[in-house]
Amino acid sequence: MKHIWFLAWQSIRYNRVQSVILIIGLAVPLYLPLAVNGLVSRYEAGLLQRAVSTPLVAGGLGSRFDLVLHALYFRGNVPRLLRMADVEAIRATGYAGPIPLYVRYTAHHAPIVGTTLDYFPFRRLRLARGEQLLELGDCVLGSEVAASLKLAPGDRLITDPENVFDIAGSYPVKLRVMGVLEPSGTPDDRAVFVDIKTTWLVEGLAHGHSDITATNTDTSVVLNRNATNVTANAALVEFTEVTPQKIASFHFHGDPDQFPLSAVIPVPKDERSATLLRGRYQGPDATVQMLVARSVVEELMGLVFRIKRFFDANAVLVGVATALFLLLVVLLSVRLRRPEMETLFRLGCARGLIAKLVATELIAIAAVSLVLALVGAQATIALVSLW
Amino acid sequence: MIAIDQLSFHYPDSTFSLRVPSLTVGDGEKVALVGPSGSGKTTLLHLIAGILLPDTGHIAVGEARPDQLNDAQRRAFRIATLGLVFQDFQLLAALDVLENILLPYRINPALKLTGEVRERARQLAQETGLEQRLHHRPGRLSHGEKQRAALCRALITQPRCLLADEPTGNLDPHAKTRVLDVLFEQCARAKASLLMVTHDHGLLSRFDRAIDLGELNASGAARGHSCPQPPANINKAP
Repeated sequence: MKHIWFLAWQSIRYNRVQSVILIIGLAVPLYLPLAVNGLVSRYEAGLLQRAVSTPLVAGGLGSRFDLVLHALYFRGNVPRLLRMADVEAIRATGYAGPIPLYVRYTAHHAPIVGTTLDYFPFRRLRLARGEQLLELGDCVLGSEVAASLKLAPGDRLITDPENVFDIAGSYPVKLRVMGVLEPSGTPDDRAVFVDIKTTWLVEGLAHGHSDITATNTDTSVVLNRNATNVTANAALVEFTEVTPQKIASFHFHGDPDQFPLSAVIPVPKDERSATLLRGRYQGPDATVQMLVARSVVEELMGLVFRIKRFFDANAVLVGVATALFLLLVVLLSVRLRRPEMETLFRLGCARGLIAKLVATELIAIAAVSLVLALVGAQATIALVSLW
Repeated sequence: MIAIDQLSFHYPDSTFSLRVPSLTVGDGEKVALVGPSGSGKTTLLHLIAGILLPDTGHIAVGEARPDQLNDAQRRAFRIATLGLVFQDFQLLAALDVLENILLPYRINPALKLTGEVRERARQLAQETGLEQRLHHRPGRLSHGEKQRAALCRALITQPRCLLADEPTGNLDPHAKTRVLDVLFEQCARAKASLLMVTHDHGLLSRFDRAIDLGELNASGAARGHSCPQPPANINKAP
């Protein structure tokens, strides 16, 4: 057999241009389905892993897909917001410990996730450096955010303005980086975590400014003053950073129960509690939807796989076309090489051995194509994962 | 020794037919096979080599009867007993000279490619003036060099009989002489019989004898199978 391999290799080497074209021609149709399947499998595994570790997701009425993708991946916006009172209502059932999420703002395009400290042990997130959130205005960075922005504990991170043309809107807030999380291979790596109150600060529901109630206040900024209220004009400077000196001046306006949230992750005590909790939110008058994340993700994957079936059918058709072209190439090649084969036969080579020689060349080319396609598919999957 | 008796052959769907009442080539004998185009010279070589099978008659090469062997046995016989040199060299373009010479050892499992065989190949290449060309592919060789490489390939298995189909065709006079010298020298060294097809009557004087297949075929056809004739003997070498 070594002689057959030797002769096949010599022929491939001699016809190197044709061989390379054939290898590429075979590798491309092999690469596409391999890469698509690999990516879909990886996507499915990633989605399901996150969904399985998130038993329930609560949110406003609307698209269940939007809600679950938002709560699990911090992607997109939810159609309707919840109120802080909804969190307390879930807590009051006694079936689950609710973890609030408010994801609306960004810092250097990384989503700012407002939550509570319960989120970190729930997701098994650990600090690689620094400390946890302590005060208003603190943030903890996901590993990829810290790496890409080259930030470390003690640095500052400014939130993105929501709309540069809206001078009455919320102003960017300078967040203090307290810590950096260990890499987890999840969307948490690409997020900036703050306390839920800090997101309300970014939203403008809380603010800090100089004390205009004091007697030494600059009177030019005071529009009206009475026994219970002082009204200032727009010239009053609002603080954009929470510092130990200014923290006392930060305060909230309005009823905290009405402050917004985008989703809640209820962590039920057990399966029975989860079922009972879901039952509470299944009535026709429910204003909160309680979803099993895994079911929604599986439904979503069903849609993805339905599309993938078209890719698979396409891959089969391309495969058949490639096989036919390959057959044509082999037939033409055999015709071109007939004198060479006739020489081999006349010299005493069995016809079967000649067929084996041609087959070996094809197998070698197919094997190299397959290896190339596999390497290419793996590289694509790795690159897409990095991206 | 090659011995042919009452041989007849025809190609399917063709009017061509070959009849050879009797023909012998003795051990170590150098015989030229001449005749007009289409007289069946190449066909006769193919019949002796077992590439084609006769319709009737017998062929013997030494103790072997290629017409009575099965396909595998004929291949084994061909590769072990005969050396074949083709008119158009038929070297494999993908292999260098050394590998072309060693080719019979790579395509027949019965032959073992040993260091001794490699050494013999190098020796043959040296004797035929190809030692500097061992790692060149046929595309870079001259006609004469290709023919010598083909000759080395035919001789590498140390055959008892060499069948050469116009090995000097398309060569210049000097190259013809050199190829023929090598051919005779190697046959003499191996004590191998040589049956060589040629159109060049100027070369016939160097052979032990020459056979005109056109005449032989005509006489065989005229006389039929029942009347074996001795082979024609023209231009007997002095």
